[in-house]
Amino acid sequence: MMEFLSNFWVQLVIKLLVAALLVPLVGMVIGFAEMKLSAKMQSRVGPYFAGGRWGWAQLIADGVKFFQKEDLVPAEADRPVYKFAPVLVLVSAVAILVPIPLGPSVVGRDLDLGVFYVLAVSSLSTIGVLMAGWSSANKYSLMGGLRAAGQLIAYELPLILAVVGAVIMAGTMSLSGIVNAQATWFSEHGWGLGMPFVLVQFVGFAVFMIASLAELARIPFDMPIAESELVMGYITEYSGFRFLFFFLAEFANMFSLSAIAATLFLGGYWAPGLSERMLNILGPGILFAKIGILVFLMIWFRWTFPRFREDQLQTIAWKWLVPISLANILATGVIKVIV
Amino acid sequence: MQIGDWISQPVNWVYLPLALVLVYSGIRVVTSQNVIRAALFLVGALASTAGLFLLLSAEFVALTLVLVYIGAVIVLFLFGIMITRAPLGRDVALDHPSRTVGAGVAVALFGFLAFGSIQAFGSAEVQGIGEPTSTEVLGEALLGRFVVPFEVVSFLLLAALIGGITLARKDLSPAEEEAAGAV
Repeated sequence: MMEFLSNFWVQLVIKLLVAALLVPLVGMVIGFAEMKLSAKMQSRVGPYFAGGRWGWAQLIADGVKFFQKEDLVPAEADRPVYKFAPVLVLVSAVAILVPIPLGPSVVGRDLDLGVFYVLAVSSLSTIGVLMAGWSSANKYSLMGGLRAAGQLIAYELPLILAVVGAVIMAGTMSLSGIVNAQATWFSEHGWGLGMPFVLVQFVGFAVFMIASLAELARIPFDMPIAESELVMGYITEYSGFRFLFFFLAEFANMFSLSAIAATLFLGGYWAPGLSERMLNILGPGILFAKIGILVFLMIWFRWTFPRFREDQLQTIAWKWLVPISLANILATGVIKVIV
Repeated sequence: MQIGDWISQPVNWVYLPLALVLVYSGIRVVTSQNVIRAALFLVGALASTAGLFLLLSAEFVALTLVLVYIGAVIVLFLFGIMITRAPLGRDVALDHPSRTVGAGVAVALFGFLAFGSIQAFGSAEVQGIGEPTSTEVLGEALLGRFVVPFEVVSFLLLAALIGGITLARKDLSPAEEEAAGAV
């Protein structure tokens, strides 16, 4: 049995299956949580009838509905580009999951350049968004695509700079290595205690969360799909399962950016007092709990803050987040050298 | 090398599609009659180049190519094209009259480079491909042995940046400045 499991191709198939199943599953869970939590925060009931109790089957019904719909392409659209754009967005959302460790030895592939890989792959979705906005042959789509691109360019910089602090602390770019550094921070004293980097890198954590909200184009940063101005931005012309792809990609990105924030700043799969064997079994659950907290925060923000204006958005990125994260890098570097 | 030997190496199975995509999208970048299509074919060319670097186990270069060129440079290209005009369909103005000369120069350059590399290296195998270079080794090399070139390049880039801003800035005459201040 163990011999069978240690075969490279068997492992590859298992990992691919897990990733392929995780994305729709996560999409459904987060989507449902969003529906129910939004309803709670607005004193509504939310989904109620589908599936009986709590309306738990609402998202399954929605998914089936999307697959039944016709896959429309506007007459003026650039067909190949239009059809490929949602695939690119979803692929970049799935590919981010590769180096995220779920336990000491439960990981898709522990890359030496894990953090760098994540940032590189997540920047691919910008191209997909621009492709969608341009190829739809619709002025609202184009404006939405342009806004999205401007926003993603502006917030990619603070996103990258914010993680540098954690990388300096850990001394490695491998995500497993960063979790390990947090788990064994005080171990030279034999206390068996770790330290999640959020305690010393709170600035980095806050900048990362703000920038990832902007990367996700969620309220308060949802100008690209501002429904009162642009119908639905770059998604306007999409229908059926291609629309579903954009939707799934948003939830998958919420999940993966929260997973990265949890791994870099909250200790990832690690929890105090557990042996390595226990962490391999309970690790995924611990990580998912931390992700759940961050996703809840994102949903909470959505119903708490109004939408920013376009100029406010750029001001926040260039005049606040970039200088703050640069100062954070400088301070972290100086302290790392001194201590 | 025999064709059988060539095919029996799994690395070639990955290399061949990557190289074909690279050549095809490279040709389409210059022959496409739509600016945005051309930029998107450039993405394909860069992505397959990144794949080739991965085959050579140069992870860092491959990821830098994706992050900097696809994620930033091409996005800026697309952004710039779309914010000024976003043409759909064919644009005949993109066909330059002297394109045959250009094609001749390109073929000549290709022949020169191919001849040069074959003369220089022949069928010598590339050494040192195995485990990807770790970030630690790269960082040590950049800030140790190569620190002077590294600093020179950073300084040049900074100078270019400041130069770009100075050139793009429009200095206003006092009267214009007053008018701008009044608004």
